[in-house]
Formats: sequence, structure tokens, C-alpha cells
Amino acid sequence: MNDMTPIETTLKDWETDQEVRWCPGCGDYAILKAVQRTLPQLGADPAKTVFISGIGCSSRFPYYIESYGFHTIHGRAPAVATGVKLANPDLDVWLVTGDGDGLSIGGNHLMHVLRRNVNMQIMLFNNEIYGLTKGQYSPTSREGTQSPSTPYGSIDHPARPAAFALGSGARFVGRGFDVSKKLPDVLKAAHAHQGAAFVEIFQNCIVYNKDVFDAFAAPKGAEDRQLWLEHGEPMLFAGGTQGIALDRAKLQLKVVDVVDGDWQAADVIVHDTTNRSIAHMLVEMPFGPFPMALGVLYDDPRPTFEAAVMEEKARVSEGKEANLAKLLAKGQTWTVDGTAQDPV
Amino acid sequence: MATHALDSTQTAPASDNPEAVVVRFAGDSGDGMQLTGGQFTLSTALAGNDLATFPDFPAEIRAPQGTLFGVSAFQINFGSREINTAGDAPDVLVAMNPAALKTNLDAVKPGGLIIADTGEFTKRNLDKAKYDANPLEDGSLAKWDVLAFDISAQTIEAVKPFGLGNKDALRCKNMWTLGLAMWMFGRPRKPIHDWLRQKFAKAPELAEANIAALDAGHAYGETAELSGPLKQLHLDPVPTEPGLYRTITGAEAVALGLVAGAQLLELPLFFGGYPITPASAILHHLARLKEFGVTTFQAEDEIAAICSAIGASYAGQLGVTSSSGPGIALKGEAMGLAIMTELPLVIVNSQRGGPSTGLPTKTEQSDLYQAVYGRNGDAPMPVIAARSPADVFECAIEACRIAVQYMTPVMLLTDGYIANAAEPWKVPDPATFERAPVRFLEQKNAGDELLPYKRDPKGARPWIKPGTPGLMHRIGGIEKAVDTGHIDYSPGNHQAMTDARKNKVEDIEIADQDVCLGDTSGKLVVVGWGSTFGPIHQAVRRSRAKGLDVSHVHVRHIWPMPGNLGDLLRGFDNVLVPEMNTGQFKTVLRDQYLVDAQPLTKTSGQPFQIAELEAAIAKYFDDIEGNEGGEIEPNEQQLPSVKAVNP
Repeated sequence: MNDMTPIETTLKDWETDQEVRWCPGCGDYAILKAVQRTLPQLGADPAKTVFISGIGCSSRFPYYIESYGFHTIHGRAPAVATGVKLANPDLDVWLVTGDGDGLSIGGNHLMHVLRRNVNMQIMLFNNEIYGLTKGQYSPTSREGTQSPSTPYGSIDHPARPAAFALGSGARFVGRGFDVSKKLPDVLKAAHAHQGAAFVEIFQNCIVYNKDVFDAFAAPKGAEDRQLWLEHGEPMLFAGGTQGIALDRAKLQLKVVDVVDGDWQAADVIVHDTTNRSIAHMLVEMPFGPFPMALGVLYDDPRPTFEAAVMEEKARVSEGKEANLAKLLAKGQTWTVDGTAQDPV
Repeated sequence: MATHALDSTQTAPASDNPEAVVVRFAGDSGDGMQLTGGQFTLSTALAGNDLATFPDFPAEIRAPQGTLFGVSAFQINFGSREINTAGDAPDVLVAMNPAALKTNLDAVKPGGLIIADTGEFTKRNLDKAKYDANPLEDGSLAKWDVLAFDISAQTIEAVKPFGLGNKDALRCKNMWTLGLAMWMFGRPRKPIHDWLRQKFAKAPELAEANIAALDAGHAYGETAELSGPLKQLHLDPVPTEPGLYRTITGAEAVALGLVAGAQLLELPLFFGGYPITPASAILHHLARLKEFGVTTFQAEDEIAAICSAIGASYAGQLGVTSSSGPGIALKGEAMGLAIMTELPLVIVNSQRGGPSTGLPTKTEQSDLYQAVYGRNGDAPMPVIAARSPADVFECAIEACRIAVQYMTPVMLLTDGYIANAAEPWKVPDPATFERAPVRFLEQKNAGDELLPYKRDPKGARPWIKPGTPGLMHRIGGIEKAVDTGHIDYSPGNHQAMTDARKNKVEDIEIADQDVCLGDTSGKLVVVGWGSTFGPIHQAVRRSRAKGLDVSHVHVRHIWPMPGNLGDLLRGFDNVLVPEMNTGQFKTVLRDQYLVDAQPLTKTSGQPFQIAELEAAIAKYFDDIEGNEGGEIEPNEQQLPSVKAVNP
């Protein structure tokens, strides 16, 4: 995010006149609404807000937000966004990508934008499938995913976006899902973070990978399978009857029962968003034996890339004159005077 | 370069009174030959001679010592007349070891001087250079003058007082050699002394050791002159236009031209690059110019480099990226995005031998098709080709101007030869440049409506910076509607937008094509582009001196081409197109103008020589006029892939 004077807007101000062209029932609609609902709460200025995307269903997003928008090419949005931020750090940049765009063709750029810590919000819509190209398996598809390109089931091991982000050096890792009411809170935290803020958003592709996240996202029983993380709060779920503790012998997380709400007795961990070790465990925490970790998994800012670039530029330019005539005449020169040579 | 064009009827120099001399320094890649050549170049410029250089080094940073593929050479052609090329056959070859002798010997002019360091002609080094017998002793060098002596021992002796180890002492060999060369051409040593003291400011004993070696080499020349083939040569200064001069390489000229171009447009410059030979030097130069509003960004790959530049242009700076063939291939899709979104962008391609990794350190002009046609879809893009290091400066400024005025990516073609070669440059006065400050769109351009793709009379859309209140809009790589820029796949719209993009580029205002030597019509025109300018110009000059009706046309604007070019070419009976590729520009000329352009191609990784072009022109006239005799056969050994194709 950027320091700017808050602007008063409503959800309507962030809607464009363009017809939204996602499939009816697509999770992208919910994410779009969540973002349009969040932006007024942030006091965001449409003139200073830029949505930049790659290619894929998710990447149509900029067309539907009434701000500046740039729908670029497959996988390369992080590189375009880096150029935008270096040229004008005052712009508030939101990057929209998907599991194919961000982790397959654009994995390299995603890694580097995170490691450099360019100040922007990165929303990766993870639906574990290629939607726009009609349903091939993606780098996040689970093993055995049947698709047109893997009729006998996919063989390769899926990438885990949050673990990828943290491993790449991200200083903010958040998670949410399309229809979650808490998604705006995650987006607000991402926006408040100075630096590259990575948010994985599980998104339901109702055509090619329908309800693949139902195990934790379906309203019924969600309580038992979602661990919403809050800084300074114990890691509790299932109505406070279960929590996450550290198995000190194995140096790994474990699920513990909490009796009578006494989470301290159960040794449940208090979430510290600045604890990188815990963050590494949370992004690796397998769903199934564990609940799905959601919310802000990690948030520990450090100086941003563009600030460092600007600082260096100012420092090395100090006291130097930007005189083009002198620059052109630099090095060893000699003058020719009339027809005679006059070496200096 | 041409600081002053002489009478085109002037004949080639006689060897006893040289107007021009070609010297080649060759040694191991660790021997400092490029440094030696660089300093010799500077002293040549200071002496008022015109010059051109050709650094020729291996792709390996430190190839195994003494090997044939580890030889690094630096050739300089200098003289008292206009010099356009690095010269054909060297008059003097300095060979620091057997491998350097072997790989460069065939190029040396018969009767030329070979200076060799016997200290390096050991059994081991002879074996590495695949010599069965010592060529300095077996009489195989009879057609040249040979001056062979122990430079290594001489150097060690000269630097003894400074207490250097054997290895460090031998590193001064290049300065010893330079000292000898300075003597040969009567050059003052003081500028080199000053330079050494500055270079080794932190290690004064190294500075003094190098100076001692330089002086010893110089003194050796004076002594050796008494007996043997070594003699001093004096070349008069070239009459040149008065003014301030410096030497400049193509890579420096790109950097300076971009900075100047951006300043004239009053834009900050953003350069996104990724290291690649021979383009990296541009990034290196610009990285030191932050006080000129330059931001350099070393991206994670070629694609990110161009995409970051597109992002910067979108945000209102002048985005520039640079690479060489393989990297340009990777940038192709992003160029299409810049064409589609109609954003300004400059792409510098320092061409090298291809395909694939090809010949990273050798020169070629084989990316012309890639520049003109190498993108998906109908993706027209202006292409400008520079002819020499000094010419790059102007071309870079023009590329920046076209990019911004027409809201389009522009490709600037140079090559490995231009990037590395140096030539004297008359320092221009920036006050004389035409300023053209950019105007961004600040308010809606159609009453209450914003039309991001509404075109101006040039066909360009407005440049709208994000951050401008009230002008929010969306752009992208999907086909967009006329004027509004909304997504629109409809048939009529795609036709209209394809036409608009094509017309915009085709209608770019560029100067009419001139004839740089000879008449505007006649029997033969030699059409060149890029770094072949020098050898073509000299070959045409010599051919005209022999009375042949031949003209030289040099094309800077590869796409779109000058409006009068077709008519101009049709005014000649024959069109010959020499290129360092298999005939790419020839094909484009045929396609555009239906002229019977004939190729003359060379893909050996080496620039054309004047003699081989002159021979080709002569052969052409022999064939078209049915003459007997007078034909000059190219030397097969020197010209592995040159062939004159006859009509």
C-alpha cells in the first residue's frame, strides 16, 4: 500500500461499465465484490490505483475495476508491475494472477518480485486448474487430477503457493477463499503491509474443478476445518475445542484437544505474524490431518525494493551535476583547431 | 568513421609512404591485448590520425593458456586519411605466443612485419598451438619480416627493480609491447604514464613497473632500429573539422544517445536489462548515470527486462531494454504487447552470430528478419540500424523520438562489431539538439468521454499516466475497440485496428534516402545497412577510382524504409546487397520494391574486408560487361563464405 490521503468512495465507484465475462457462478465474482468492497474501506484513490494482471480467467480482473488497469501477457505481470513501481512508487499496485499464470509460466517472475520485496498486493487465485484453456491440470492440481491433458490422472506433485511465496522471501503471506466473509480483512492486512504482500485465494472453478475446496470451504462444518489466524491470539478452531501446538520432540505442529477452553494448559501456540519459523510450519501444514490455515500467516515488513532504488539514486546523485554536455565530453578528449592538430 | 571525406578518386596508399597502417595485437586472453589496443587507440587519436578498431576476443573469459581458442586480438587501422574500417590485412602483427601467431598469421599482408615473443615459443606452447616445429626457426615465415626476440625476458629484466614475482612481472609484457609500438609510430608516452599512475593509484609499485616496461619497450625500438626490419613510421594527421573529439565505442554511444534522447523528450529513462554478450556494456554504462534521471534494473531474465520497461513506459517514463539475438527472441511476445497497447519503448539489439547461442563474441547482421518480422500477428515496428559507433548516438536519439511521437516500440540494431569497436567522435553540443518535450494527456479528450485509443494526425494514441485524476482506463494485449480501447473481437474492428497499427508505422516521417557515394543512377548500386558501411564505402570509393560506375547507398531506416528508396534503386541496372547474413535485407528489398537485388553474403563472424568487396564489385562488372581479365579472386582462406552471386 502507499501513504495517501484517504478518498471517499463507494463500492459503485469501483465498478466499470464492462460486462463481466466469467462463467455464471464462478468464484471470481465473489473475489471481485470483496475487492470492490475493500477498496472504499482503505480510502483508496481510483486514480492512483493500478490493477495489473497476466493471462487467464483471473487476469480479466482489471477490466472490471474502475481504476487504472493493465492486462499484460502470460506470467509476466510481476515484471510489468515492477517497472510501474520503479517508475512511480506512489502508485498503489494490485497484482492479479492465478495458479497457472503465477506458478507455471510466471513462476520465475513471482519468485523475484517477492524476493525483491516490491511494494504491491499480489492476489493469486488458486483454483487448481486451467480454466481459460478449458480444463487442463495446473501446477497446483492434486496428484491424480483427471483432465483433458491427463486423462489417466496427473502424475506430478503440486506446488503449494504459500510455501512457494515464503520460500521466495515473501514478508507477507495471507490466505483466504472466494466466498469467505473474512477475505476483505486479509486484503486489508495485505494492503497495510509495506512490501510485496502475497495472498493465496482459493477460488472455485465451477466448470472444470467444481467444489474442489469444499472440504474446508463449504459452509457446513467449516468451523471444524478452518483455522483463522489472528496475531496475538491462540491458534484455536472447532469452536475453541481444538488448537495447534508444537510437538517439541518432533519439531512439528500437532493438533491438541482444548478442555474447558483452557488453551494454555493444552500449550496452544499464540500466533505471532512476525515469527518466520512458525510461518514456515503453517504454510507446510497439510490439510486433512490439520485444518486449513487462513488469514495472515506471516507479516514482518522490511524495506521495499523501490524505496532502496530511490534511496540509492538520491545518494549517488548527490552533489553530481546532470550536465549532458559534460557527459558527452567525458574521457580523454582532444581538440582539432583549424587544419592543424593540437593534441591535449 | 568519416570526420572528413576525401576526394573519392584518391588511390590506395603505397606501402613505403603509408596513408594508413593496420596493426594487430594478439595474445592469450589473459595477456591484456584489449587494454594494449585501447591505449594504443587513444594515443593514435591524440596524434590526430583517423582510426577504426576491431576487438576480437574469445567467448571464454579465461580460456586455458596458450590454446588456439584462447587467443584475444585487437586490430586498429589508422591513417592520415578517412578511415571507415578496422582494415583488411595487418601490416604489423604482434604475436605474444605461438597460438596467437597461428590464428592470425594468414591475415598478415605479405611483406608485413611479425613481432613475436620467443620467450613463449616453448615446446609446451608450440604443442598447444599444434605446431610440429617452431615456425620462427623452420623458414615457414619467409614471406614476412620477422622480428623475434624474448619479450618475456626483456620485461622481467625491466621490472626487476620493483621486486615483483615472476607472474606479476610477466603481466607487464603488454606494456612492453605497447612501448615498442609507441616508438614505431613516434608517439609520446606521457599520456600512457599518466593513465597507468591513475589506474594503479592504490599500488604505485605496479604503476611504476608497468611504466618501466613501457619505457623499456620504447628503448628497445630505438636500439633495434640499427639492425633488422623494425623501422619508424610517421603518419600525418587527418585534416578534420575543428572541434572537440573523443573516442567512443558503440555501447557507450547507445548509453549516451539514450540519455540524450530522454533529456530532449524531458522524460526520465528506465532501462530494464539482463546480462548478455555483447549488449551488457550498455547496462554497465547506464548504471553509472543515475544523476541523469536514469533507473537501471537488472531483471531476472530477458522477458522480465522488457516487461519492466513496458511497465515503466506505461507509468510515464521512457522504457528501454537491450539484448542480443537470443534475448531478443525471448522478448518477442512482450514486443507484441507494446505494439498492441501502443506504448513507447526502445529495444536495442546488439546482433551477434546465430542461431541459438551461436557466436556470442562475433559479429553478424542476421537478426534483420527477426527485427522486421519476428513477432506473432501483424506486428509492425520501426527498425533503425546504426552504421558505426559514432552513428549509434544519433540513431538512439531518433529511436527515442519515434517511440514517443508515434507511441510504438522501436528496435535499434547495432552489432558486436559496433558495440566493441571504437572510433573518434566529434563531441556534439547538446544545445543544438531539437527538444521535443512530451505532453501527457491531462484531461478527457472527447468532451465528457475519455478515448484512450483516439489517434492524433500521426496515428498515435495519447499517453496517459496512471495517477492522472479522472482518466482511469484499462489496456491490455487483447484486441481493443477503435477509440475506446475496450475489448473488441469483432471482425470489422480487428480489421480497422490492424490497419491503424500498420498505417501508423508505415507513415512515420523519415528523411529521404540519399546516395552517400557516386551518382543517383547508373550501372551498379551497392546497398548496405549497419556496420558494413565502412568496408562498402571504401570498396566503392576504390572501385570508382578505377573508373567503375558504382554508387553506394546506405540505409539507416530498415522499417519503414525511406519513401524514395524504391525509385532510387530502380534507377540502377544492378543492385548488390552485401550483408553479414545469408541475404536478409536483399529479400526485404525485393519484396518491397520488386527490384532484382543480388546478395553478397558473409557469415564467418568477421566483418567484411574492403578487398573482398572490391573484388566482388570488380567481378560484377566483369560479368555484366563480359570483360576478360581484371578479375580479382577472393582469397578462399580468408573469405570462407563469401560469394558473389551473378545476375
